[in-house]
Amino acid sequence: MIEIANVTKVFGQGEAAFRALDGVSVTIDENEFFTLLGPSGCGKTTLLRTIAGFVDPTSGSVKLDGQSLLESPPYKRPVNTVFQSYALFPHMTVAQNIGFGLEMQGKPKSEVQETVAEMLELVRMTPMADRQTGQISGGQQQRVALARALAPRPKVLLLDEPLSALDFKLRKEMQLELKRLQSETGITFIFVTHDQEEALTMSDRIAVMSEGAIRQIGGPRDIYDHPAERFVADFIGDTNFLEVELLRTEGEEGRIRLASGAETTARALSGGVSAGTVTLAVRPEHADLADPAEALLPGTLAEVVYFGTDTHYHVDLEDGTRFVVRQQNTPAQVQRRAAGDRVGVTFAPGVGQVLRD
Amino acid sequence: MARGFDVRRQTGFNTIAICCFILLYAPIILIVVYSFNKGNSIAIWEGFSWRWYISAWDNEKVQAATIRSVVIAFWASMLSTFAAVLAALATTRTKPWRGQSFIFAMINQPLMVPEIVTAVSLLIVFASIKVATGYTGLGYLVIAHTAFCIPFAYMPIRARLQGMDLTLEQAASDLYATPWQTFRRVTLPQLTPGILAGAMLAFVISLDDVVITEFVKSAGQDTLPTYMLGQLRRVVTPEINAISTVLLAFSVLLVTGFFLLSRTRKQ
Ligand SMILES: Nc1ncnc2c1ncn2[C@@H]1O[C@H](COP(=O)(O)OP(=O)(O)O)[C@@H](O)[C@H]1O
Ligand SMILES: [Mg+2]
Repeated sequence: MIEIANVTKVFGQGEAAFRALDGVSVTIDENEFFTLLGPSGCGKTTLLRTIAGFVDPTSGSVKLDGQSLLESPPYKRPVNTVFQSYALFPHMTVAQNIGFGLEMQGKPKSEVQETVAEMLELVRMTPMADRQTGQISGGQQQRVALARALAPRPKVLLLDEPLSALDFKLRKEMQLELKRLQSETGITFIFVTHDQEEALTMSDRIAVMSEGAIRQIGGPRDIYDHPAERFVADFIGDTNFLEVELLRTEGEEGRIRLASGAETTARALSGGVSAGTVTLAVRPEHADLADPAEALLPGTLAEVVYFGTDTHYHVDLEDGTRFVVRQQNTPAQVQRRAAGDRVGVTFAPGVGQVLRD
Repeated sequence: MARGFDVRRQTGFNTIAICCFILLYAPIILIVVYSFNKGNSIAIWEGFSWRWYISAWDNEKVQAATIRSVVIAFWASMLSTFAAVLAALATTRTKPWRGQSFIFAMINQPLMVPEIVTAVSLLIVFASIKVATGYTGLGYLVIAHTAFCIPFAYMPIRARLQGMDLTLEQAASDLYATPWQTFRRVTLPQLTPGILAGAMLAFVISLDDVVITEFVKSAGQDTLPTYMLGQLRRVVTPEINAISTVLLAFSVLLVTGFFLLSRTRKQ
């Protein structure tokens, strides 16, 4: 539905030129909750503003339903934005803000009123309709900004870190709310965040960005369990990185030899990896502590950190790398380990991920 | 830096400050006080009366000059504010263009060019136009005042525009408002305090101009300040004090309004 092909944006000229977007290509489907995830400064806002029409890409194309958007000014694109700062009009009431887009589209008064009432209902702000925008809380402003952007029924809704200004509890609430709104309206959402947890809980698909480029696109599980490269593995969740020998690959399965000499299998995406020394990523919760004699990687327990719901065991392996194992705490847990104990680290075949470099 | 240089702690600061205030305000206070003098002197107090206010009010020349001043100030502030809005939009709401800072300097030119130079050049230009067209009305004064009021109207408007959140205009544009609709529905309402402030400042500046008016005016086109100047060359009575006091009160009112408006934050 939205096709972004090879979009590059260079700000400035000559010495000061800065490549904010570097050959970004992605296709976003109808009715999808699509998230752009990446650290601050990686170009998420620039990509969103390119779709909205506030940034002219240096090269590349942006198409909606097969038609190029780039020739249209922002006010002619069937795309609405929820701005990070909300950007509510301070001289208008809540209802006037929500009705603004419809009014500008030249919809008859009765229809505007009807839709505004509907939108107020949808974001549960009906009692606040006549308030000034300065007289409502941050969370309520957020809802108004959403309703205002949804009211004209855009084909695509762009949301630029809409929840980052809210406190933790409200953020959790609004995450669910956004999901609900997306499925109720059936509008494509392109959601920007630098919060990996938010991305994982809300998205149908995630594009992980860094330095102006998309590193990996996939479903939350896919991205989390099978990061394709070191940046993605590092940015999303906690990961142990091990230097291993890739002996051979069969389809997506790779045979690897660990530093300890033990052999096991790991997932290796067919493209981009070849036999030799490679990096293996293993999530802390995918590994387990075991008897040093039976474990894949023997070592010494350096630290035990208690987190309430789970415990992190920091193990110094024999080759000097630090490996973290996360175990959920259960009432039945009897085995108590302490720093200094000889332990081993083990993980099931296939849970490790060979990274593309 | 808690222990940085603090001018207030230097010896003599208070003395100098107090002297400055006395120099600034004592003459004004004297003017105001003697405007209520019963006698004919502007230096010897003979008791309280409204006599000079009534006399000024009944003076037909004062009436005519006042009306002329207000008419000129009204038109000059309207025209200069309109020009200032356009200038401020062009210098803050467009992509940087060649010569932008040059234009910016040109807009503020009246603040830098000595007033007497402007006055003389206007006199010469208008004189030849008068000869060519035969028109001798207030138009010349209005145009001259408009010109030197523009920078004063421009500054608060530009400040307001620069302080405004650009994303508001982008939000409007995102919501299908054409550039004109965005200006009408979002920029202008936000800009109103700045526009009012600019207009008020321009009004005050025009109201008390002497130099340029003196040069540009034709015979019988005295404004209140030039009328007062003319009176001072003859017999000075507290009537001048009374007019000054009213003018002062009016200016203070407008300037206070200006500051209140400039301070208004976006909600
Ligand atoms: N108008 C601009 N001019 C120059 N550089 C810009 C401009 N907009 C963004 N950038 C730069 O582009 C990079 C990406 O910015 P942005 O898209 O806002 O990142 P993100 O939203 O991921 O934090 C940043 O380094 C930023 O400084
Ligand atoms: Mg951003």
